[in-house]
Formats: sequence, structure tokens, C-alpha cells
Amino acid sequence: MNTTAVQLAPAHGERPTRERIVVTGVVQGVGFRPHVARLARTHHLVGSCRNSTTCVTIEVQGPSESVAAFAQEVVAQAPPMARVLSVAREVLPVARERDFRIEASAPEVGGRTLVPPDVAVCEACVRELTDPADRRYLHPFITCTDCGPRLTIVTGLPYDRPATSMAAFAMCERCAAEYGDPQDRRYHAQPVACPDCGPQLRLLGADGRLLAAGRDRHTVPGIVEQTRAALLAGQVVAIKGIGGFHLAVDARRPDAVALLRERKHRPDQPFALLARDVSTAQLLAHVDAAARGALTDPARPIVVLRARTEHTRPIRVAPGVAPGLDDLGIMLPYAPIHYLLTDAQLPVLVMTSGNVSGEPLVTDEADAVARLGPMADLILSHDRPIVVPCEDSVVTIDDQGEVLPIRRSRGYAPLPVALSSEVDERGPEAVQGAPVVLAAGAEVKNTAALTRDGWAFVSAHVGDLENLRTRRTLAAVTADLVDFHDARPQLVVADAHPGYASRAWAEDAAQQYDVPLLSVQHHHAHLAALAAEHGRLARPLLGLVLDGTGYGCDETIWGGELLLLTDGGAAAHRLGHLSTWPLPGGDAAVRSPARLALAALLHAGIDPAGLAPRDALDPTEVRVIESVVRGRTGWVATSSAGRLFDVVSSLLGVRHRITYEAQAAIELEALARRADRPTRLPRPTVAPHPDDADRLVLDTAPLLHAIAEHVTGRLPEHAAGRALEHRTGRPPEHDKLRTRENASLALATHTWLAQGLAELTLHSARRHKLPTRGLDVGLTGGCFQNRALLAATRRALAQRGLRTLTHRVVPPNDGGLSLGQAAIGLAHLAR
Amino acid sequence: LAHGAGGKSSAALTANVFLEAFGNPALDALGDAAVLDLPDGQRLAFSTDSYVVNPIQFPGGSIGDLAVNGTINDLAVSGAIPQWISAGFVIEEGLPMETLRALVQDMANAAVAAGVQIVTGDTKVVAKGAADQVFINTAGIGLVPAGRRLSSALVRPGDRIVLSGPMGAHGMAVMLARGDLDIEADFVSDTRAVNGLVEAVLAAAPDTRWLRDATRGGVGTVVNELAADTDLGVVLDEDTLPVESAVGGACELLGIDPLYVANEGAFVAVVPEAQAPAAVTALRSLPGGEQACVIGVVADDPPGLVVMQTRFGGTRVVDMLVGDPLPRIC
Ligand SMILES: [Fe+3]
Ligand SMILES: [Mg+2]
Ligand SMILES: [Zn+2]
Ligand SMILES: [Zn+2]
Repeated sequence: MNTTAVQLAPAHGERPTRERIVVTGVVQGVGFRPHVARLARTHHLVGSCRNSTTCVTIEVQGPSESVAAFAQEVVAQAPPMARVLSVAREVLPVARERDFRIEASAPEVGGRTLVPPDVAVCEACVRELTDPADRRYLHPFITCTDCGPRLTIVTGLPYDRPATSMAAFAMCERCAAEYGDPQDRRYHAQPVACPDCGPQLRLLGADGRLLAAGRDRHTVPGIVEQTRAALLAGQVVAIKGIGGFHLAVDARRPDAVALLRERKHRPDQPFALLARDVSTAQLLAHVDAAARGALTDPARPIVVLRARTEHTRPIRVAPGVAPGLDDLGIMLPYAPIHYLLTDAQLPVLVMTSGNVSGEPLVTDEADAVARLGPMADLILSHDRPIVVPCEDSVVTIDDQGEVLPIRRSRGYAPLPVALSSEVDERGPEAVQGAPVVLAAGAEVKNTAALTRDGWAFVSAHVGDLENLRTRRTLAAVTADLVDFHDARPQLVVADAHPGYASRAWAEDAAQQYDVPLLSVQHHHAHLAALAAEHGRLARPLLGLVLDGTGYGCDETIWGGELLLLTDGGAAAHRLGHLSTWPLPGGDAAVRSPARLALAALLHAGIDPAGLAPRDALDPTEVRVIESVVRGRTGWVATSSAGRLFDVVSSLLGVRHRITYEAQAAIELEALARRADRPTRLPRPTVAPHPDDADRLVLDTAPLLHAIAEHVTGRLPEHAAGRALEHRTGRPPEHDKLRTRENASLALATHTWLAQGLAELTLHSARRHKLPTRGLDVGLTGGCFQNRALLAATRRALAQRGLRTLTHRVVPPNDGGLSLGQAAIGLAHLAR
Repeated sequence: LAHGAGGKSSAALTANVFLEAFGNPALDALGDAAVLDLPDGQRLAFSTDSYVVNPIQFPGGSIGDLAVNGTINDLAVSGAIPQWISAGFVIEEGLPMETLRALVQDMANAAVAAGVQIVTGDTKVVAKGAADQVFINTAGIGLVPAGRRLSSALVRPGDRIVLSGPMGAHGMAVMLARGDLDIEADFVSDTRAVNGLVEAVLAAAPDTRWLRDATRGGVGTVVNELAADTDLGVVLDEDTLPVESAVGGACELLGIDPLYVANEGAFVAVVPEAQAPAAVTALRSLPGGEQACVIGVVADDPPGLVVMQTRFGGTRVVDMLVGDPLPRIC
């Protein structure tokens, strides 16, 4: 079938207009051409539509107002999976034409179409999945143009069925007919399959023995039942999904959750939940309209929500799911198998990444047997290969009811981010041929990014590069970015940290492409990422970057910075920061907030005797930290906000040693949310840096003094303020009282910092002659995942007439770093 | 200053400054010692090193022991039997005579213990502040027995990585001896001549491929150099790495990885799999080799990298150390 007549043009008296409309973006394999044809028919237009290398080219002819309406609606009403990057319109001479045709596209050599992200199975498909009258009833690989795996099944380009892992599954006649029919919901949906021709489920024992296989209404129920029985019995099941395997247990069973923690060597880090539907999610957490929107988004991210605490709720997940926290990460089903596995008897599962802790997701069945087999009792696999691994994305809802990304991966990657508003204003030609920059990202939560024609393509979550397999993923991901976009990098960008593996990788890459390597300071990149996603690199942007630890320009460790981004993003000026204190002993101390706290207390001139951090350390540790802080080696000065939260967390006895990143700060935030009101603390003060009057410093020592006084001054019998986690046999009402006071202090810490930073920002803006009325202040860095801090900072800035800019596209944490690096690289080349 | 710490920056310094100016086949090999062919077919190993340690005396030894043992060890791991040593002193004005005497006695004792002779020397006294107490340079000559060949080019996948003794005692002993850190150390520097241990390995494992003393930069740097030179992988096993518990405790307290801490009496030997047990047994029978063990294996994959098999089944990359350890966690 080469052309399809859709609609005869009605006779019209007036002279028609003809336009060529070129739409670029994710417009192929997403039902875009049928959408164009339907719309043309609605507006009684004639013409044609065809795919070419990177775009869909439409020619339409008819009354000028109809053509204009068409041009507007073709984007506004685009199908769910389509993502339009640009639209170019051009008037053509009128032609003799009687209908609207979809022309088959000749495969062009070197064609580069954008691959769509993976999208949750749509409602129409779910209806068919559960409808015994439908031929795809219970088929676990049901999909259509509007839904299903995309990025994760791509083996090459151009994006077409032969270049996906569906190539191995020859379509049956009925599927082929649907695939080829522009009127059908499955027209050119690359993963189309059915019980006669699709992939199969495979149920394996933990030892890899095949127990059952099937893809139809006769075989699937048995496999599903056996899996559910294992879950209900408290066993761990490895389940192959869209972007990789998960490890699943029944979230209501404390024994099952404990077993999973033990086998995964993951003592505390919260597990994500799969709730069977929105009403189940509502029983577990507070779900408002924004949360519902995020949960049901086709990208189906994990949404971090406040847990319900009522003891009457009908479903209770085991406390071990998120120990010490009042949040739950919840997602809704997105693969057909998730719908088949869950029901009223099994409404909520723990679904955690199927990997060895710190490693990339397992995607392959043999690998699953080898690496997940030791952790699982049963493996539910399938034979549709996952080509590109993709972790679940994570978002939360901020104080303004907006989605705040925490991990941008499945459902979002590989969608590009516009790097400047010029893309919209001057059309795609303005940035055609804009330089290609490859950015290596950070060290943990690594992502990579590539720019092309003014767009930044940020990879899916890569992970922690300490791990060999993760490093290999980085190499593969960047090779894919370069290949997919047929782009030769002109510049490679990396973090300035000399010990980052991403930097070593970037050095090799720069050599390999024979291009320069640009070193970018960590927090400069954070702020540039924020400016980039808001398309406002062109104007200077003031930003608070509150972060863990990043290598600073003066060989100290930064992380509580006020920066001014200028020169299109190419430069950042450090206008202010938190006061510095000695961070002892590299990554080891970061894992021990009590050690950090002791160092910070000593530096602030506070006697640690009787305070929680000192009690939590053994005497040798205390002596060593004391001598390290006194001496000249073994520590590095830091202005990190994240580490300051660690210090306070230990000081309040919340957390002295961590088993996952930012645990102490996250638990402190949870405690802060239990407070009725903040403890009154002395007002923060800012002063010029003694060596550099252009820089203002917020002294954090008074905060520590105030907290220390509060903890030691109250309830004499509890002066020691011992760790909550090591409760002794004291009367519970005293513990309760102390917890309430600690909660007020935890909250006060957040508001004190917010007030102090707002003060720092305002004074700096004045000193540097920036207009302060309605000035935008960017809020970025990993600490702004902390919603209590985000809300408090926003309020404090608003009280001073300042506005805020926060992340909506990439995370404020290191997952967004590659975008900033790429933007800085482009700005650097443009200088 | 990071250039002196071993690892990546000193490798760059060597390549950019010295090789460029002096380059010749014997130097380009960048062994611990140069192996030189004499006209009569004999082979000599020739090595030099300067010692600038602070403090000059520390638990388990002194700069004098280091100056002799270091050069002996460089010769030994080049496959030579050390014979003669020179000693050059740069002395800061005001160094107490009894201190100098003690250091020189340490050198004499070390030479006797290792069976070498100190045959020539030189002394310069410089103004106060122009040196730090005393610097010692030693050079040494050894004879390489006929037919003995050690080269990273001989290393093959499957070969075992043998470590002659526990890691990190020297570097930590010196660090603590500076007195800035309030740690009571019940361990001493491992400084010793390893020529006897090396001969024992070569006798028990005649097809030993390559040896290197794990001084500056520690075992982590040595295995990284091996991986880089051979473009083969080195896979270490976390559970087998020998570290004395007191040393491990001090490292843990200071956030230092013992893999990168200097040793002065331990070396790495790459031996064929079949001869590894014999090499370990031979080492264990001698003083200083009691805790010798196989710490890893050479593999095809990952080329040019060192990885550590962790307790929980993960694979952590052991990178070449770059400067001081700064936190990476953000
Ligand atoms: Fe960061
Ligand atoms: Mg040496
Ligand atoms: Zn669908
Ligand atoms: Zn079919």
C-alpha cells in the first residue's frame, strides 16, 4: 500500500492557499501522520503528508483560515507520545489535488528520527487486555501507537520495526494489517504484537530452570497465578518489565520486606511501591490533584508523597518500606504485566531496581539468573529483549503543587530539552548546525548529555560511576547519543573534580574525538542546568546552589553557594556562600554525620561534651577527629549545605551513620515536618569575607551554638540527647517531649538557613547593583529535593520581594548536571 | 606538590619532563632499576632514589633504613641480586651529630642484613632552611643472573597477583609519627629489604612474570600501572587483601584507603596460576612474608583497569589515585 486516499476535497469558490508545514521532533511511530490526515479531513483540506529524515512534511491546501487553524491544531492536538520540537511554515503555489494522502516514506540513508520515550500502556489497551472478547485478552505485550516501550527496544536507526528488538517477532497477518492501516490505532506502532505472534512470558526458578512460558489466555493465567502465590507467600520475585528487572515483594508483609532488604544488602534506603490504582495510592498517601496528575502521567514516574498516618487505613505497608521517613514513593502500573499481577488481594508491591546495589539494572534473562537469582525465589521474565536499560523516573510535588523531578529516566529520556528560547522565537533554522557538545555529567546519579541544533539530549539515569558496569553504561549511553544524532562532538565537558571517573572518561573521549575538554565547576553546572531548562541563559541569573559536596575553584569543597551566572551561561561568579568548616577524611566522613558534626562543633568553638555526636562516636574516633581538625592535613574546608544538614541531624540525635546518600538530611526533614512551629533562634547575620569584600558569608556557627544550647539546656536528665535510634528505657513521655522539641529545632534549622540565605541573596544583589524588585533567584542543587527547605527558602525570598525559579525538567541533584555542562559548553563555544 | 604522591600526577611529571629530556631505551622501560647489558654478556641492574621522609625517625625504622632498603628493593624487584650501594647526604646545618650517627648505623645494619656493601658516598651541609634535617640519596648496583627475565610483557590472563605482606603499615606509621594525629598506633613501619623474599619467590615460581615493590602510591598504584602497561585487567578480591587490623583501623578513622598507602617491605609478584601456591608457601616460610597471599588475578577484561570484587557481588573500579582523596559523594 503506497498511498491512502482519505478525503475528497469539497468544491470551494474562493482561491485556496497552499502551505508546506514541516514538523520536527518525536513525530514518527507515534500516530502523527494519521493525526495529520484526520485533522486535514476535519478542515476539508487536500494535500499530503510524509516522513523524512528528521521530520514530518505536510502540504495542505484549502481556505486560508482553515489552513491556519490546521497549522495550529496539528501541534496543539498532537498524539500523546508525539513531542514537537519545531514547526516551519512556507507558502507554496496552489496545485491541482483532490484528496489528502499519507505517502509512504522511502527509507533515506542516514535518516535520523527521534526515538520516543517509553509510555505506560494506555487505557484503550488496558480495556482490551481485560476484555475476554478481545483477541489480545491477557496478552502481556499489548500496545498501540499511543503506548508501550519505545526507547528501550531500539537497536538502531532509523527508528522502524526492523531496528527494534521486535524485529525477531514476525507479525501475524492480522497484526500486519493493523500496522499498515492508517485508520487503525496500531498504525506503525513498532512493538505491535498479539497472542499469535508476540513475545512470551517466561517463568523461571531462581536457578534459571524454565517452569512455564506463554503469551495467550490459556497460558498466561497459570504463570500469573504462580507468581502471585509466591508474592503472597512472602517470597521475592524478579520481574522483567520495560526498562529492566524489578525485585518485588508484597509490601504489606514485614517479613518479605525484611527478607528483600537482607538479600539486597540495603538496610534503610526506601523502596518504591507499585499501587494497583489511584484509589489504592490514596489509601497509602495523601494524593491531591497534582499528585494524581503525576501518578497517572503517561511517563508513570515514582511519585514521592506524604504517607498517611491514620491507623484505620485498610492497607498498611510494612514500616520497613521507608524506615525513618514519612514519605512513600508510589507508582501506578505501566506495563501490562503490572495490571495482571495486582488486584484487591495483592494491591501494593515493593518494586525496587533489579540490580546488585550500585550497579545498573539487570535487563537480560541470563544475567538475571546469575545476579538476581541469589536474591530472588522466582524470576518472571519475557523474551522481548530490553536494548536500552532505563530506570524508573522519580518525581515529587513541591510546595507550589508543581512536579519536581528527582530522577529523569524512563518515560522522559530521550526527549530533548531546548537550550534557549531562541529555538522558539527564530525557528529551527536559527540553531541549525549549532555546535555539538558532549557532557559527561557527575559522578553519582550520572547522566550524559549531547547538544544538537540547540537541543540538549539528556540520557536516562546512568548511576554511580564507582561501579565498573555503570562506567560501561556511560560509555554505551554516550556512544548511542553520538550515533543516534549522527553528531561529531566539537567539545567535551566534564566536572572539575580531579577524581571523578566521569572526568577521566571525558579526557579519553576528548582525545578520541580530537576536540578540547572543558572543565566546569560543579555548582556552576547546577545553575546553568536550571537556566537552560527555563530557556533563560541569555540573561544573567542569580542562584542559590545548595548541594552535597562539589569541587570548588579554590580547591575547597563547595555546596552552599550564591552564584551569578553570566555570559550566556559561560561564567559564574561566587557572590556568597556558607561559612566554611573542616570536613575530615573524604568519603568516609560523609558516611558518618557524627564525625562531621564533631568537626563542625569543634570548629565553632562548642564543647562537644554531652552532645549526641560525641556520644555516638567511640573515644578513639573523638580523639582522631579532634586532632585532625587541630592539624593542617586530613581535612578540607567545606561550605556544603548538605553536610551542614548532616551535622544538625547528628546533633539532634537523628542519624549518626548513613547507609544511603543524604539519609541524615532526609530523616531530619521528616522530623521537621512533625513540628508544630519552629524553635526561636537568633537572627542569621551575613558579613563580607575577610579576604574578599566582594563575597558575603553566612556564618553558620551561631546556628550550631543555638541548637547546642537548646539540647543541653533542657530536661537535665536527658542532657546527653542520645540518638533516637538507640532509645534506652526512659519514660516514653519524656522521649515524646524531646522528640517534639527536636522536631521544632529541625524545622528551625530549615527556616534559619532559608532566612539567612535570603538575607545573603538580597545583600549580594544590592552590592552588585542588581535590580532587587521581582528579581528571579534560581534554586538548585541536591538540597532542593528537600521540600521543607524549598518552601522555606521560597517564602524567605518572597518576603524580600524576590522571586524563585525551580526545576521542572531535570532534577536539582546531580542527575541534572550534564544539561548544565552542555549549556556551558555551547556558551563557551559561542564566546 | 601532588606530583610527589605517586599515582597519576607523578606519572605525568615523569613523561612530560624527564623522558622528554633524557629518553633512551634503558630509561624508557621505566623499571624500578635500569637493566644494562655489559660487553661480556653480563647484566647489571642500576637504580637510584632520594629519601626525604618526615619525620626522619619513626616506629620501625628511620630514613637510614629506608635509604638502604629502598634501593635494594628496587634492584631486587628488577630481578637483580643487589651488591653495592652508594650514599649521598644533604644535611641541614644544626642536625645533631648523634642523630646522624644513629641514621648511619641504621644504614650499616640494613646493609649487613641484606648482604650488600656501601662502597662510596658524599656529604654536603647546607644552610638552615635549605633542607629539612637530612636528605639521603642512594644508588645501587646488582647483578642479574643469566636467563632471568621479568617483564610486564610476559603477563598473561589467568596469572595470579601475589602480595608479599600486609598493606599500609609504613605510610600510616610515618603519618602518625608526625604527631599531628591523636592515634595510638600499635604497629610499626614494614621497612625491610625484600631481596631474600624475591629470591624465594623466583626459586619457587621460576616463571614469575613481573615484580614491583609497592612503595609510593601503594598496592593500588602498582596494580594500576600493571593494568595500564599490559592493557589487561586486574581483578582484586576485597576479602583477601591483607591489612593489619590496627593499620586498617587507623585508615578507617582517617578516611584513607590502605590500597594507596605506601609500603617499604612489600612487593607485588605476578606469577603463573600453577606456580602461585608455591610462591605463597615460599614467602610464608620467611620473615616478612608470613602473610603473603594471592590478592587477585589478571584477566582479559576490563582492559587497562583494576577492579575490586566486593563482598556483595559488586565490581568497584580501583582508580589510579589523583591527588588527595576528596569526597565524590554529592
Ligand atoms: Fe551536586
Ligand atoms: Mg623506588
Ligand atoms: Zn495502547
Ligand atoms: Zn499478531
